[in-house]
Amino acid sequence: MATFTMPSLGADMTAGTLLEWRVNPGDTVHRGDIMAVVDTDKSAIEVESFSDGVVQDIVVQPGQKVPVGTVLATLAASDGAGATDATTPAAVGPVTGAPVAAPGPASPTDGVRHASPVVRHVAGERGLDLAKIHGTGPGGAITRSDIEHVTPTPPAVQGRRARRRASPLARRMAAAAGLDIAAIPGTGRDGTVKADDVRRARVAAVTATPHAAEQAPRAASPQPTTSSTAAADHRHSMRQAIARLMTRSNAEIPHYFLTTTFDMTAAIDWLRERNADLPVPSRLLPAALLLKAAALAATNVDGINGEWRDEHYQRASSVNLGVVTSVRGGGLMVPVISDAETLPLPELMAGLRAAVERVRFGHLRASELTGATLTVTNLGDLGVESVYGVIFPPQVALVGFGAVMERPWAVDGLLGVRPIITATLAADHRASDGAVGARFLARIGRLMQKPGEL
Amino acid sequence: MTEAEARSILEEEILRIVPDADFTEIPDDAELRDELELDSLDFLVLVERLCVRGHCRIDEDDYSELRTMAGSISLLVSRTSAKSAGK
Repeated sequence: MATFTMPSLGADMTAGTLLEWRVNPGDTVHRGDIMAVVDTDKSAIEVESFSDGVVQDIVVQPGQKVPVGTVLATLAASDGAGATDATTPAAVGPVTGAPVAAPGPASPTDGVRHASPVVRHVAGERGLDLAKIHGTGPGGAITRSDIEHVTPTPPAVQGRRARRRASPLARRMAAAAGLDIAAIPGTGRDGTVKADDVRRARVAAVTATPHAAEQAPRAASPQPTTSSTAAADHRHSMRQAIARLMTRSNAEIPHYFLTTTFDMTAAIDWLRERNADLPVPSRLLPAALLLKAAALAATNVDGINGEWRDEHYQRASSVNLGVVTSVRGGGLMVPVISDAETLPLPELMAGLRAAVERVRFGHLRASELTGATLTVTNLGDLGVESVYGVIFPPQVALVGFGAVMERPWAVDGLLGVRPIITATLAADHRASDGAVGARFLARIGRLMQKPGEL
Repeated sequence: MTEAEARSILEEEILRIVPDADFTEIPDDAELRDELELDSLDFLVLVERLCVRGHCRIDEDDYSELRTMAGSISLLVSRTSAKSAGK
């Protein structure tokens, strides 16, 4: 008999809350099937089964918070239950939808209808069953206006919309202070949140005890929807999780930093030519080339790709790239692209897109958050030239890419204007020395000169 | 496609990426990627969705026109009308 336990989804995770079961006792599951949704400090994560079998007992109920390693459910070997399975074929697939038959929030397991995550979210907020809504979008997809058609914005949501009206300055201030703009009472026209309102809310949050600070923005809104409070809670706990991990990194890891600048002309020309003939979903971004180059370069040096454990560097056998991804509303998550050094560019690009979309719109899977051996951050999109990162322990290095910028650049003794990029390495001096880091960075620069070979 | 249709498609697709985007605060000539904090992946997704919704082709060379609401709307309008005129 196999067990399904609370996974550790990051170096800083000690416990998790079971949010939802996606399987019922008696269901046949295969390795990789989604078993449950678990709430961590950072967000809701879909957790896959690590073995084949038949779900026997559900041990932990939704809402319970348990330490990492706790048995959540037990699985029986699938061959023993094969007969049961065969006699009740109906019990296998669609069973996950069964408990949802009762009126309630639309379940994300509802795979019948096409609807964007946003539409699902709105439908869930209003307790609508997507299966019962007529879709007018492409291919019968349900659009936002279909939802509006079925249930005009309910008062609670309208209230929240109205509260959300805010001046740009107020918005910026709220974001900087980590406050949920929707939860701040506005005193302007039609309840518009003004800068002064944010200042007041900020003072209230700061003067309150840490515990009360978390509550303050919520207490301010009379009827917060569960989703906005959950989002605020996540932002808060994500901040705490990042704070713990980064503090530990700075305290434990003797960082050294190296930086190099190289010409992106070859890469950008190659991309333009390649992308010209392709539909949008197949187009590559410069980020895909940079990730591949970093992964390849990491296989050529020792002390960059792996972990520092028990006072030793342990080299990893493959390059699993953690890609720092910012979360709308603040915070970050680091989805992992496994075996990046072996992936052809289109697959690497697809993996990158899928991972980032999951971070932003949906549930990440447990396997997408674990096992990074090297982290890459690409702040170039925000216009900065270079980024000096903080290593995610127990990893030993972090590569940062800045923006591609047009700069004067000497080529063959002549000055020209070229697109250039700055790559930075933050590395753990316990695991490697500057010479290793220098070779690593130089290699990325060389690889980027022959993009067709990546 | 009329300008109004193009605008509503654009707004719908932006809302899928930035659920709390407030279009009353985004002038037609503002830099969309800055205003909405779109990174290159978000932008790629937006381009992809606009191609699907407009049944038209958008090349990398067109990206500069997609910098603003106004530019995006006029690109969508011209692409879709050129296509129907050609039929």
